[in-house]
Amino acid sequence: MILIESLTKQYGATTVVDQVSLEVERNSIAVIVGTSGSGKSTLLRMINRLVEPTSGRVLLDGADTRTEPAHLLRRRIGYAIQGHGLFPHRTVAENIATVPRLLGWPEARIHERVKELLEIFQLDPAVYAGALPHQLSGGQQQRVGVARALAAEPAVLLMDEPFGALDPIIRAKAQADLLDIQRRFGTTMVLVTHDMDEAFHLGHRVAVMSEGRLLQYDRPAALLTHPADPFVARMTGLNDRAMKLLALTTAGEAALPGSSEGPQVGASASLREVLSELVWRGAASAVVLGEDGTPCGYLTVAAILARGRP
Amino acid sequence: MLTGVASAALIGLPFVVFKSNRIVPGDPRTLQEVLPHWGALGVQLMLLLAAAVALGVAEAKSRLAAALAALIVLALAVAAAANALTPAGDKVVRVAAGGAFWVLLVCLGLMATDAVTRMRPGPLARVLLLAASIAIIGAALAHGTFDNLSVMREYAVNAARFPRELRRHVWLAGGSLLAAVIVGLPLGILSHRVPRLQPPVLGTLNVIQTVPAIALFGILMAPLGVLATRVPAAAELGISGIGAAPAVVALFLYSLLPIVANTVIGLKRVSQAAVEAARGMGMTGRQVLARIELPLALPVILTGIRVVLVQNIGMVTVAALIGGGGLGTFVFQGIGQTAIDLVLLGAIPIVGLAFSAAVLLDALVEVLDRQRASAARTMA
Repeated sequence: MILIESLTKQYGATTVVDQVSLEVERNSIAVIVGTSGSGKSTLLRMINRLVEPTSGRVLLDGADTRTEPAHLLRRRIGYAIQGHGLFPHRTVAENIATVPRLLGWPEARIHERVKELLEIFQLDPAVYAGALPHQLSGGQQQRVGVARALAAEPAVLLMDEPFGALDPIIRAKAQADLLDIQRRFGTTMVLVTHDMDEAFHLGHRVAVMSEGRLLQYDRPAALLTHPADPFVARMTGLNDRAMKLLALTTAGEAALPGSSEGPQVGASASLREVLSELVWRGAASAVVLGEDGTPCGYLTVAAILARGRP
Repeated sequence: MLTGVASAALIGLPFVVFKSNRIVPGDPRTLQEVLPHWGALGVQLMLLLAAAVALGVAEAKSRLAAALAALIVLALAVAAAANALTPAGDKVVRVAAGGAFWVLLVCLGLMATDAVTRMRPGPLARVLLLAASIAIIGAALAHGTFDNLSVMREYAVNAARFPRELRRHVWLAGGSLLAAVIVGLPLGILSHRVPRLQPPVLGTLNVIQTVPAIALFGILMAPLGVLATRVPAAAELGISGIGAAPAVVALFLYSLLPIVANTVIGLKRVSQAAVEAARGMGMTGRQVLARIELPLALPVILTGIRVVLVQNIGMVTVAALIGGGGLGTFVFQGIGQTAIDLVLLGAIPIVGLAFSAAVLLDALVEVLDRQRASAARTMA
C-alpha cells in the first residue's frame, strides 16, 4: 500500500505539486492523469525519491520512504519510463538483470528470472536474450523495459507514460499485457499518462491533476458521473461521457437473467461494444455467452442505455 | 593523376643526390647513371607495371600487391645506388635519396594506403599490417641494407643518442597525454554535471589552444624558473625554466581541451532516458557514471585522446628548442648545420610514430564500437 500525505514540491517560487494526498491500495492500479505541466510526473518521481519532496511524506506499507537511502529504496520499486530507457550497450538479458545484479542475486537465480520474464513477455529467450536493444521493434523494447522494471519482483511498479511512444495497435496489446501481469503478480502499480482513455482502461482508481493540485481521485465511473470540478468533467470528455461510462461495464456484469433472440456476445465485451454491435446489426437484444461458451443471460438496448447515465 | 606525377618525376628529377661531404650542395644522378643497365631497366619495368595496375586494375588486392612490390623494388634500388656510388670504406661521401625517389615513394605509398582503405580491413588486421610493416622496415634497417644511404650515415654518427631521444620523445608525448587524461577526464565529468562550469572551463582551454607553442614555452619558462630557484624540492624533481618541464606543462595544457571537450560531448550524447532509468532502478551516482555514462561516452573520449596523442607527437618536436629533448633535437641541429639528412633522421621517425599512434587508437575505437555490433550477431 502506498500512502501519500500532503506531498509538495516547490522549485523556487513555483509550486509544481501542491499538498497532494492519496492512497493506492495493495494489488491495484492507480493512474495519475493530467495535462503536461500538471505535476503528475513529479508526483510519481517523489514516490521513489528521484525528486525529493519539499514537504509531506510517502509511506510504503506504513514505513516512511525517507528512512532508507534513496538508491536502496529504488531497488525495491520497479520503474519504467516512456521511450523505455534501455541501456544501448547491454544485451536484453543484461538489461533485465540490472536490479537483481544490484541486489547481488546469485547468477543462477538471475538467469532463471530473465528467462521467465522473457517468456512471460512473449520474447523467445534463445533469440532475444543476447540481442541489443536497437535490434528490437518499438513494442519489444517497451516490453523489455517493463520486464526490466519487474525483474526483482518489486511489490510496487511506477510507470511514467510507458506506452506513450507506441502506435495504437501495439499500445492496446501492451495495455492488455500489463493488466494480465498485474493480475498474475498482484503488483501495486502507479501509472502516469495524459491519455484519459488509457487511464479509464487501466486504472482501478484515477487521479486527475491540474496545476500541481489533485482535483479528484476516484473510480473511473465516479469521475464520469460525479465530476468534482468542471476541469475534471472537461478532461473526462463531455461529449461522449455516456459511451465512456458504457465502456467501463462488461456484458457479463450487466447481463439480465433469462434468454433472448439476437446476436451472441462474449461476457468480457464492454457494453459499448455490445451496443455498437446491436446498432450495426439492427437488433434490439443480444445473447451473452459465458466463459464456457454457453448463454448466461441477455441484454436489451434499453438495458444498456440505462447503464449509460448516472 | 598520380601516375602522371610519378612518371614526370622519374624523368625530370634526380633519383639520388651525390655529395662529397654532408653539407655541400649535391650532384644529381639519374636512375640510369647509378645502376647497371639491367638493374635500371628492371626498376623501370616494375614501376611501369605498377603504373599499369594503377590505371587499369580496379581490384584492391592486385593494386596493393603492385604498390608494395614497387615500393620494395624502389627501396632496394635506392640502397643499391647508394652502395654503388660509395667508395668502399668511405665515411665522408653522402648519397641521399633524390626528388624522384621521394615523389615515387609518396605516390606508391598513397596507392598502397588507398588499396588498404578499399579492402576495409578490420581493426585487428590493420594493427597486424602496421606491425608487419614496422617489422619489415626494422629488419631491413638492422640488416644494413640502407647503411650507405645518407640518413643512415647520420644515424650511425648519432647511434648512441637516437634511442635515448626516441624514448624521450615518446615519454614527453605520452606523459603529457597521461597527465591530461588524469586531470581532463574528471574535469570533463564535472563540467558535464555542473553546466555552469562549461563556458569558463572550455573558454579558458580554448584560449590556451590559440597560444602558439613557442610562445607558451616562453610564457612558462619564467614561472617555472622562479619555482625552481625558490623551491629546492621542485628543482630536485627536475623542474626548471628550460628543459622538459615547460614542454610537458605546455603539452599538457594543449591536451586538456580535446579531452575535456570530448568528455563533455560524449557524456552529453548519452541517452537521458537510459540515465534516468538507471537512477530510477537504484544505481548510485557512481554506478551510473561507471556502468552507463562512461562506457557509452568512451568512443568519443577515445577520439579526443587520439587527437591529443597525434598532436603531441608532432608538437614535442618543438620542445627540443628549449632543451626538452626528443627527436626534434635532430631536426633543429640539422637545420642549424644545413644538414638535411640529420633533419630527416628526426622527422621520419616522428611521422612514423604519429601514423602508428593514429592507426592503433583508431583500431581501438573501432573494436569498442564492434563489441556492440558483435553481440548483435550472436542473435541469429
